[in-house]
Amino acid sequence: MKNAEEIFEILKQQFGDSILVMDKDSPTEPIINIAPLQIHKIAAFLRETEGLKFDSLMCLSGVDDANGTKVKDADGYDTIQGGTLSVYYHLDSVELRHKITLKVSTDRENPQVESVENVWRCADWHEREAFDMYGIVFLNHSDLRRILMPYDWEAGYPLRKDYKNPEFYQGMKVPY
Amino acid sequence: MSLKTETMVLNMGPQHPSTHGVLRLELEIEGEVIKKVIPHLGYLHRCFEKHAEAMQYNQVVPYTDRLDYLAAMGNNFGYVLAAEKLLGIQVPERVEYIRVIMAELQRIASHTVAIATNGADIGALTPFLYLFRDREHILTIFEETCGARMLYNYMWIGGLSHDIHPDFVRKTKEFTNYFKNTIVEVDNLLSYNKIFIERTANVGVLPADTAINYGATGPVLRGSGVKFDLRKEDPYSIYNRFDFDIPVGKGLQGTVGDCWDRYYVRMREMEQSLRIIEHAIDQIPEGDVQSAIPKRIKPPKGTSYARVENPRGELGYFLISDGNTNPFRVKVRAPSFVNLEVFGELCKGHLVADVIAILGSIDIVLGEVDR
Repeated sequence: MKNAEEIFEILKQQFGDSILVMDKDSPTEPIINIAPLQIHKIAAFLRETEGLKFDSLMCLSGVDDANGTKVKDADGYDTIQGGTLSVYYHLDSVELRHKITLKVSTDRENPQVESVENVWRCADWHEREAFDMYGIVFLNHSDLRRILMPYDWEAGYPLRKDYKNPEFYQGMKVPY
Repeated sequence: MSLKTETMVLNMGPQHPSTHGVLRLELEIEGEVIKKVIPHLGYLHRCFEKHAEAMQYNQVVPYTDRLDYLAAMGNNFGYVLAAEKLLGIQVPERVEYIRVIMAELQRIASHTVAIATNGADIGALTPFLYLFRDREHILTIFEETCGARMLYNYMWIGGLSHDIHPDFVRKTKEFTNYFKNTIVEVDNLLSYNKIFIERTANVGVLPADTAINYGATGPVLRGSGVKFDLRKEDPYSIYNRFDFDIPVGKGLQGTVGDCWDRYYVRMREMEQSLRIIEHAIDQIPEGDVQSAIPKRIKPPKGTSYARVENPRGELGYFLISDGNTNPFRVKVRAPSFVNLEVFGELCKGHLVADVIAILGSIDIVLGEVDR
């Protein structure tokens, strides 16, 4: 069993620059920040290495950090330009009983994160959901389609903070 | 001479009673044999996570009821644990005990539905009636305590909406005594029934390593012989004070991890829940169940992840606070959503009729798959 600092040190030694910082401001759990295009090899390392053995991905969540600049569009709605979208990975080792949270932040205008689908199989639908809700593109994902929203939803990504409800869906008036 | 064969696509659902809600399955079949299953979700999508961002922390609780509507107490439990972690609230002992008893009663109620519908789907209608009759006792106990039969809004951040009813202890004890007979009855009617075994044993076998890799939890994982239960592995609330076993699948009628094992794990889990309730019910301390409820809920900036063992598996809530009265992000790691992922794998090579048996043994609730 290792605590977050020890895990952070191991990762720092192994990967150097692609591990950004450890965020300890959070009142409940420390978070390790990682570069979005390095996550796959770090995930594989966390899963395979003796003494870490993170065999289970508990949760994968997309988040809109909403830290860009707010701009009013033509209709007077707030839109966010710039800033980041993030993905949080909650990992757990069933065998060694330790946990860690990873976070990657990616550019909001062109959000790209490596997929960890072939590290933990259950990441498949979680990543599809993050794509569906935030438009985060998971590179090397085998089947990146919408999952909860209709396949032909064209009004954007609903959980983004500046999402605007569409007036029409496939030519039909949305009744509210 | 070889026959020319080709696959055809069969749509099952979304309005099909055996899909336990509105799930559409696209089956690619060759004759009667399943080649591929593609689940299509989202028919019950209600934007829970978007709604939650527009609510104050305490107002989200009723929405969580509607995720896994057969185990609403468990959903409340997970959410309030995550919020209390964020706020740093320690709830009174009395609240902890009542929460555990409620969660275990809910587990029994939820498993009765799972077992009943699994049986009814493949032709055993009598146990369905018996089990629904006895689930009613639990719902009556809940109704007396908090006024609702399915969607309770019972656990609040820092406490409970109501103290228990004066009759609660007596009725719960009566129920635990009574329900032991039901378990024997259902064992005789269904568990060792020849036809039921023929339909479920050696069907939909899920090996342990596949189950772990797919992130399956709850009875689906334990049916494959993996002894993993959050109440023991990562005890939350006061579960470390109780003595109970974790039933796992042993392949008694067929292979480890088949439909019968998953079914049987649920049967035995109900017995363990009765044990926990019997242990806890005499120890409920006196106290005020609302003393720790904060007047104004405004957590500091930060994140918290809490997970509980719901009847269907590991239910996780990920909360992000930006220091306002509304949560910045609420993500639900729904056990049915993740368990359903392995479903396609289980069906390969089986017959169309087995799809129903397998889906019933995974026991999904579309309310939390689609959120």
